[in-house]
Amino acid sequence: MGTNFINLIYLVAAVCFIFGLKGLTSPRTAPRGNLLGASGMLLAVLATLLDQHILTFQLIILGLVVGAAIGAYLAITVQMTAMPQMVAAFNGFGGGASALVAATALIAPGDLTNVPPIQLYVASTASGIIGAATFTGSMIAWAKLQGVLRWQPTSDVLQKASNTSLFLAALALAAYIVNNPAAIWAYWVLVAVASVLGVMLTVPIGGADMPVVIALLNSYSGLAAAATGFVLGNNVLIIAGSLVGASGLILTNIMCKAMNRSLSHVLFGTLGPTAETASADEVYEGKVKSASAEEAAMIFETARLVIIVPGYGMAVAQAQHTVRDLANLLQERGAEVQYAIHPVAGRMPGHMNVLLAEADVPYDQLFALEQINDSFPEADIALVIGANDVVNPSAREDTSSPIYGMPILDVDKAQTVMIIKRSLSPGFAGIPNPLFAAPNALMLYGDGKEMVRELIAALREQ
Amino acid sequence: MEVFIISVTVFVLAIFVGFEVITKVPPTLHTPLMSGSNAISGITVVGAIVAAGSKEPVIAAVLGVGAVIMATINVVGGFLVTNRMLLMFKKKKS
Repeated sequence: MGTNFINLIYLVAAVCFIFGLKGLTSPRTAPRGNLLGASGMLLAVLATLLDQHILTFQLIILGLVVGAAIGAYLAITVQMTAMPQMVAAFNGFGGGASALVAATALIAPGDLTNVPPIQLYVASTASGIIGAATFTGSMIAWAKLQGVLRWQPTSDVLQKASNTSLFLAALALAAYIVNNPAAIWAYWVLVAVASVLGVMLTVPIGGADMPVVIALLNSYSGLAAAATGFVLGNNVLIIAGSLVGASGLILTNIMCKAMNRSLSHVLFGTLGPTAETASADEVYEGKVKSASAEEAAMIFETARLVIIVPGYGMAVAQAQHTVRDLANLLQERGAEVQYAIHPVAGRMPGHMNVLLAEADVPYDQLFALEQINDSFPEADIALVIGANDVVNPSAREDTSSPIYGMPILDVDKAQTVMIIKRSLSPGFAGIPNPLFAAPNALMLYGDGKEMVRELIAALREQ
Repeated sequence: MEVFIISVTVFVLAIFVGFEVITKVPPTLHTPLMSGSNAISGITVVGAIVAAGSKEPVIAAVLGVGAVIMATINVVGGFLVTNRMLLMFKKKKS
């Protein structure tokens, strides 16, 4: 009766997770969906406390209280601009927990699981490998996004070889554990090897490729939970884990498509200037026009449709609120303002949307690439703030460009393109952007927030 | 073997459900989707709780507590931060 009852509650929890995720398909139902997911989790935890194998509650309560306090503190204090690293860190904790649970199942299977031994051993090693690699990989991603870690070796043949050998070593250890399950030390060696692998896979990746990595780590944390479900013979872990695994894979795929790069290319390839690429001097020489905030404001004066294109630079400059103020001012003067969001703008899927939502920009003013690209020819002004590669026309026109084929926002088709940027320095792809030298382009040199402020001031004076 | 087959069945079906549900999430909500689904992957806490509650051997209980802490950070932090973001999406209508 006891176990059956607990399993029924687990089923209810799993249904909550599915409907919770379903709620996330619309901004209106999303808060309810998230609440439903959280309720499912609470139910699952409460049901677990009824488990007869639990002899003492002190340690459990200690763990729950400490974990909840840390989690709540992080969630409440984190800045919206720091959301990518926050999600990366949470991913890592989930993966790490899965690896630890698999370890306890190997040490004391009797209390935890009654699955056939072979399933226990195979699933434990899978959970150990995925969980540990997710943990260290996520911590590296966190450190990079936080700016703590700046080291970024280029991924070369040697590194690919060492990653392959690390992976093979982990598999060999897994095979050893399956045959000698009493050798717990081998599990820890496996965890260590997988941890190094997680670091090695994430360290060469940076900048604009981060959204792919975070989505992938999200998927791994789900798969680690699912593997732990096989260890424990627990369906709610398997269901929840595979839902998350599927979700992360879908996002990874969307991000890769948005960059026109295959997953293996992001993980192992390097993106950099190729020999045929024109040098910055050739592209820019004598053709780049810049303007002051006052001059730019005069063009805004008569604009009917303004499309704002935010990028990672807006997040770095924390300019989202100022951008919103500018948009409000333009709207008061009768102009229409729309936002064009490239799928990989920022450092995680949906990064720009969250920042603009924080600044109270209504989500029906935000448009995805395929929705807005036809509107650029009708726009009087395309205002690019802190974006570079995602508006580089080379992706459309120059077959020799390393980013050729990547879907871009066609800002160059607007009447006037204004680009707020500190300098002409290249973006993540390391290539010059012919947009800056286009006849209808104006560079507004400066910090994103400062320049938008100056624009607002200049507009008010007129 | 029977247990394994049932587990695999559940696994495969759940992946299909995941693909069906999540393909419909609009790009605007991709970040909350990540953090929310991330919180759900903290379901490992269920296994961690049982591990932390077993008295013997001590090492298993200690590892269990570590797992409970990590998974709870994941769960509580994930759901709270998702809620924070979603309320920002909700509050305004143009």
